[in-house]
Amino acid sequence: MGAVFKKELRGYFTGLTGYILLAVMLVMMGIYAMIYCLSYQYSAFEFVYGNTVFVLMLFVPILTMRMFAEEKKQGTDRLLYSLPLKMSDIVLGKYFASLVVLGIPCFFTGIYPIILSKFGNINFKVVYAAMLGFFLLGAALTAVCMFISLLTENQIIAAIVSFVVLLLNYFMNNLTNYIPSTLFASTVILILLVIVVGLIVWAVTNNAVLADIVSIVLLLALIAIRLIKAELIQGILPKILNKIELFEQYFNIVYGSLDISTVVLYCSTIVLFCFLSVQVLERKRWA
Amino acid sequence: MIEVRNLTRKYGDYTAVNSISFTIEDGRIYGFLGPNGAGKSTTMNIITGCLAATSGTVTVNGSDIFDEPIKAKKCIGYLPEIPPLYPDMTPLEYIKKLSKGYKQRVGIAQAILGDPQVVILDEPTVGLDPKQIVEIRNLIRELGEKHTVILSSHILPEVSEVCDEIIIISNGEIVASDTAENLISQFNPSTITDVVIKGDADAAANAVAELDEVKEVEIDDSANDGTAKLVITSDDDIREKLAEAFVKNGILAISMNLSKASLEDIFLEVTSENLHMLTGKTGSQNSIASSAKYEETETVDNVDEIQKDAVNELYEETSEEGDE
Repeated sequence: MGAVFKKELRGYFTGLTGYILLAVMLVMMGIYAMIYCLSYQYSAFEFVYGNTVFVLMLFVPILTMRMFAEEKKQGTDRLLYSLPLKMSDIVLGKYFASLVVLGIPCFFTGIYPIILSKFGNINFKVVYAAMLGFFLLGAALTAVCMFISLLTENQIIAAIVSFVVLLLNYFMNNLTNYIPSTLFASTVILILLVIVVGLIVWAVTNNAVLADIVSIVLLLALIAIRLIKAELIQGILPKILNKIELFEQYFNIVYGSLDISTVVLYCSTIVLFCFLSVQVLERKRWA
Repeated sequence: MIEVRNLTRKYGDYTAVNSISFTIEDGRIYGFLGPNGAGKSTTMNIITGCLAATSGTVTVNGSDIFDEPIKAKKCIGYLPEIPPLYPDMTPLEYIKKLSKGYKQRVGIAQAILGDPQVVILDEPTVGLDPKQIVEIRNLIRELGEKHTVILSSHILPEVSEVCDEIIIISNGEIVASDTAENLISQFNPSTITDVVIKGDADAAANAVAELDEVKEVEIDDSANDGTAKLVITSDDDIREKLAEAFVKNGILAISMNLSKASLEDIFLEVTSENLHMLTGKTGSQNSIASSAKYEETETVDNVDEIQKDAVNELYEETSEEGDE
C-alpha cells in the first residue's frame, strides 16, 4: 500500500493538477474568509467552511478522475495486477493519497481561526468541528467519485459523471419534493429499487445466486412491511433520500450540532465505496 | 518452476485458451510462438495474475496464482504488450517523449526491478527497429543466464534464435512444444529434393527409384514445356547420387533443389488453416493432429471477426485521439 500511496501522491504534484486544485480551494476559502471575517467582521469562521463546501463539487471530481480511469488506457492496470499487491492495497493507497491532497487546504485554513482569535472571539470547538466535518464530507465524496472513476476508462467521463452525481446530491433536498410519496408510488419505486440493488450485487460480485437471494430477501421484507405497517412505506423515499444527502447533513455541524449520525453517515459512505471499489477492481480481471 | 494445468479462458462464448497444460523449468528461456490471436497474451496475463482463468490452475513455485497471489506474484516480473509506464512519473526525463524502444527498455527494467525468478515478456520486440531488436535479444539472453524467461512472439526467427524451448500455440491450444532442433526432426525427418528434368519423366522416376536411399518419388508434369518435376523424398542429401544416376541413364536434369523444412515451415504447418497447400512435407502424426483441429472452422471465423472488431476499435480510438 505504501508504494501505491507514494506513487499516487507524487503523481498529483509532478503535474500541475495538485497545485491547481490546492490553489483554487485555498483562494475560494480565502475569499470567503475575507468577506465574512474581515469585511463583515463576523467571528463565525465555521461559515467559511459552510459556504465553500460547494467547491468540493469541482475539487473532488478532478481529484479522483485520473485515479483509475486512465490505468486501462495506458496499460498500467497490468502492472498493478501483476505486482504482489492486494486489491485493497491498490484502492486504499490511491484513496489515502487523494485524502492527503484534500487535507492540505483543511490544514492551512485551520491556522486562520488561530490568527483571527487575536482580534475577536472564536468558538474553536465549532470551527474545528466544521473543519473536520469538511474533511470527512470531502473524504466521503472522494470515495464515491473514486468508485465512479473505476467504472469508466476515460478521465473526462469520470469527472463529468462524478460532478453530476455530486450536483444531484447537493440539490437533493429540493429534488425530493418532486418524488411521489403515495403508498402505491412508494411501493412501486421500492420494488424497482430492490431490482436495481440486485443488479448491482450481480454486477459487482458476478454471483447470480447471491444477487437473487439478496433481491428475494429484500422483496419479502418489503411485502412484510407493506402488510404489517403500510404507513412506514408511505413517503419513505424522500425520507431516505434526505438521510443520505451528504451536503445538507454537513450544515448541522456548521450550525454547531456535532451530530453523530452525520459522522456515521460519512464514515459508512467511505467504507461502502472503498469496499465496492475493491470488488469492482477484482471483477475487472474477469473482463 | 511454473506449472500450468488445464488452463481455459473464455471471453463470452469465444474460447481464447482451451485447456492448455505445460511446465516451465527453472533457468531456461521459453518462447511462446503463435499467430496473432492464438492466445499467447491471454495465457501470459493469466500466469501473471492479471486475468482470471475460467478454469484450470497456475502454480508458481508451489503457490497457486489465484489462492496465494501475493506469494506467486513475488516470483514474477512482467512486461505486457504495452509497456505499462505512468506518463506523469518523470524520474530523469519525460517518459512521454520516449520512443517505443526506450519505453520497452524502461518496461523491461520495471519487470526485473524486484529481481524476480521468472521474467515474462509479451512481444518484447514489436515496434522496434532492427538495431533495437538485436539489443533486446541480447538483453533477453543475458537475462536468461540468471532468470527463467518466458517470451512470446509471432516472429519465428526471434524465438528460434533466443529460446531453449519453443511452445507453439494456435487457436488457444498447444500444437507443439520442444526444443528447436527436436521440433525440426520431429516434424520433418525427410529431405526433399526437387529435380526438373527434360524428357521422359517416367523413365527418370524409375531410374531414381532404383536408388536405395530414395524413399518416394512423385512426378509433377503440369508444366507444358517438355519438362517435368520429380519430388524425391530421402533421409539425407543425395544430390550427388541423383546426378550420377541421371548421367548413367542419359536423363537431362535442368535443376536440382534441396529443401529441408525449416522451423518456419513447421510453424506455418501447425498453425495454418490451409493445410492442403503444405502437403507432401507433412509428417504423418502432425497432419492428423492438424486436420482434427481445423474441423472447427466456426471458431476460426470467429477469430477473424474478433480481430476485425479489434481493428475497428483501434481505428476509432486513434481517430478519437486525433480529434482531441
